[in-house]
Amino acid sequence: MPRKVTLRKVVEPPRFKGYRPYGVNVKSKESVELLYEEYEALKLADYDLMHHQEASKLMGISRATFARIYESARRKMAKALVEAKPIRSVYGNAVLDKDWFVCCKCHARFNFPKNRKDDKCPACNHEKIEALHQDQ
Amino acid sequence: MKTVISSTGNQLESQFDLRFGRASWFCLFDDETKEVDFIENSNKNANSGAGTKAVELMVEKGVQKVISGDFGPKAKELLEKFDIQMVLLQDDEQSIEAIVNNLKQ
Repeated sequence: MPRKVTLRKVVEPPRFKGYRPYGVNVKSKESVELLYEEYEALKLADYDLMHHQEASKLMGISRATFARIYESARRKMAKALVEAKPIRSVYGNAVLDKDWFVCCKCHARFNFPKNRKDDKCPACNHEKIEALHQDQ
Repeated sequence: MKTVISSTGNQLESQFDLRFGRASWFCLFDDETKEVDFIENSNKNANSGAGTKAVELMVEKGVQKVISGDFGPKAKELLEKFDIQMVLLQDDEQSIEAIVNNLKQ
């Protein structure tokens, strides 16, 4: 039996559900599935400009595994661009670092620190909030 | 409870700043006394550790909630450690006044 996949820590899930190319006639149903951990790897390495070693520590995986996820993320992005395919963000083997919520009224995103739990939006006191990552 | 909002200026009409550690000013709002105060960010142009220093300032002032556009990995880790709530807003067109008014509701 193969070894269980170590869960990758993701600080914050992507803000989008997906991307779609425009100006393309072919209505292809097929899309590229970008995993949460791949998004996180891409973000840490290319947006936050972290070294792979630091980034891998943050995600709780080895440097080599990080490099592999990052590579896969880049290939998927390139594939989507070249083949003009939509991108969809998919949960994957991720564990979310914190519980993030979003307010339905002002779309603010926020977390609740330990031992503080209330069910109102901290920015506008609206009562309708929902968890960011419950849909998959 | 004290709240900090990252701001581009020291007026209520100033625009909200999407950056946290490198925001020009911090707007300190106390929702019990309804007082608004502005603190200049002296580490705005620091080469490194701007986020960490900003968090230190928050802890010093006893802030429990921070509103900004995004937080760097180090700032996030520290804020979490000190049990400070993070609130992310995407809209940088908002004035500080609008955000404060929302908080008062």
